[in-house]
Amino acid sequence: MDTFVQQLINGLTIGAIYALIALGYTMVYGILRLINFAHGDIYMVGAFVGYFLAFQLGFAAGPSLLGLTVVLIGSMIAAALVGMAIERFAYRPIRKYPRMTTLITAIGVSLLIENLFVAKLGAAPRAFPQLLREQSYTLFGNAAISKSQILIFAVSVLLMVLLQWVIFKTKVGTAMRAVSFNLNSAKLMGINTDFIISFTFALGSALAAAAGVLTAQYNPQIDPLMGIITGLKAFVAAVLGGIGNIPGAVLGGLLIGLAETFVVGYGQNVGVPTTFRDAVAFAILILVLLFRPTGLLGSTVQEKV
Amino acid sequence: MPTLVKRLLAALVIVLLLIVMNQFMSKEGLFGIGVPSYFARLIVLAGINIILAVSLNLITGVTGQFSIGHAGFMAVGAYSSAYLTVYYAGGWEHSLATLVGASFAHVLIFLLAILVGSIVAALAGLIVGIPSLRLRGDYLAIVTLGFAEIIRIVILNIDKVGGATGFTVPGYANFLWVYAFAIITIVVVYNIVHSDIGRALVSIREDELAAEAMGINTTRYKVLAFVISSALAGMAGVLAAHYLSFLSTNDFQFIRSFEIIIMIVLGGMGSLTGAVLGAIIITFLPELLRTLGPKLESLLGLIIGANNIPASVHNFLNQLANYRLVIFAALLILIMLTRPQGILGTREFSLSWLKRAQRRPEGDKPVGESGVSIAEQGPPSAIDRTKEMENR
Repeated sequence: MDTFVQQLINGLTIGAIYALIALGYTMVYGILRLINFAHGDIYMVGAFVGYFLAFQLGFAAGPSLLGLTVVLIGSMIAAALVGMAIERFAYRPIRKYPRMTTLITAIGVSLLIENLFVAKLGAAPRAFPQLLREQSYTLFGNAAISKSQILIFAVSVLLMVLLQWVIFKTKVGTAMRAVSFNLNSAKLMGINTDFIISFTFALGSALAAAAGVLTAQYNPQIDPLMGIITGLKAFVAAVLGGIGNIPGAVLGGLLIGLAETFVVGYGQNVGVPTTFRDAVAFAILILVLLFRPTGLLGSTVQEKV
Repeated sequence: MPTLVKRLLAALVIVLLLIVMNQFMSKEGLFGIGVPSYFARLIVLAGINIILAVSLNLITGVTGQFSIGHAGFMAVGAYSSAYLTVYYAGGWEHSLATLVGASFAHVLIFLLAILVGSIVAALAGLIVGIPSLRLRGDYLAIVTLGFAEIIRIVILNIDKVGGATGFTVPGYANFLWVYAFAIITIVVVYNIVHSDIGRALVSIREDELAAEAMGINTTRYKVLAFVISSALAGMAGVLAAHYLSFLSTNDFQFIRSFEIIIMIVLGGMGSLTGAVLGAIIITFLPELLRTLGPKLESLLGLIIGANNIPASVHNFLNQLANYRLVIFAALLILIMLTRPQGILGTREFSLSWLKRAQRRPEGDKPVGESGVSIAEQGPPSAIDRTKEMENR
């Protein structure tokens, strides 16, 4: 029972990270029908911006709440700018082109960011400075929750509530929903679609950067290729929940996180080696897509002639 | 001359040509002229990439079904054949050698390995294809990617084929083997595309609903194309395994599948010659970029004198090799921005282009066998139809 609660906590921690990244995938897909493969790299960029901010501003010396807040918000703003730049220079010129072209461009952007960071900073992992005094609290007997896990839950819930508010209660959010419903009609209704798309990229990138800094607190090792597999799993989470669907992304993220942790924790009892942790996300995805091709919460689109 | 004789003669000439070329692919070479081993290796890798690109082109370019799982099928072919050659081939070859002679036995065993690799990959393609080809567009892409990753992780957990430490394989393949099978692949795919099956596949790409309405069993054709494509990818895997002599599951990550997609998009989706061109460019470009810096420096040295080159420029040019993958990615984006249909589009490169340039006819098309691709009449942007449909 104790280990079960422990696994649950760990799974939800990773799941919350996946959910934050998945939100960016799902929002961009909802609006542009584009798989933004560079999104996982934005998560990495966020972690690295946080790393350099912490050192440049002197927060790396010791844990402080101010340092954490500044680093978190700073990296979110920087990543939002990077996301907007990517949209402006790589995706906007090809928006009307065939699907395959936009996809290859997205892969190209992803490769560009990864290789630029590897060439500039080297591929070796770096230790992220501790901005939070690590401490564990026991609950339910032996299960423990660390401060960084609480931080991940708190910040991700806060950001998700904030996102929900932006999308459903503000004018920009209404415009975002209109654009995702039909881009051309939205344009006819006087919505500045270019601005809305740019804003969506900024929002998604900021969430990914937050995930990057939060992960770096939980597991303080960052490297330029950390975004590849995490990004891919977050994307799987988005598809699992029903891509384009915001609650779906969160649900998918949490499910993938839990499944992964349980495979590592209990898989050996049923003959599944721990190395299958990366495969389980895909296995779930395939099973779900075969029975519900639009994901768990996605709505079916009727194909018309 | 009857066509059959003509074709056999052509095949014979090609084989002889390959055998002669094979002689040059070593350091000693023929008559003292040889290709340096570094280039010989690149040329062979280009051949393997040609097989991969041409086979992916069948399912993605011709049929319009987007697959990011090609590396997975390649891995299936590579590992299944390597299992055969490592654990069984030695004994079989020995007993065969007493019957037909050592060198012929060797050829037979490797042919068997290629056959086994292709068949196992085809089976994997069938198992993956039947359920997933019901999905469309991005969903299909993600499911194929997922299957490929699962295949990779499963292989990683089989200790008999090395697991995480890698798997050492006998180096049977060489230039001759790789290019012989590259040509076979091209001929097979060309013939499929120009047969009634090919027409059905193109119609599925252009409009799946309309194709179905015309009585084409779209699922059957899609699975067929997928299985053939997987078998050919498996074949490339066998050749790669036995050329590189070492297998690691890291070489079959989804980035490898991306690489193959990049080849066909770069060359022009749906174009056979485009896929070949794309494979060659993607193999050589990163390597050319590696030597770009020093070459530019020596060129600059010729113009302004080697001693007059500023230290900052010197450092920059020497650093350039580190940035070669950055330049590669930037070039890729640039090509997509400026020429999204790829280098050749859906057209095929053919000699009749040169004839046309000479004759400068007005209006009439050259009478070449492959001058006009069947896809030419269709809109080049068949894939964004799906998007249109979703927007409606």
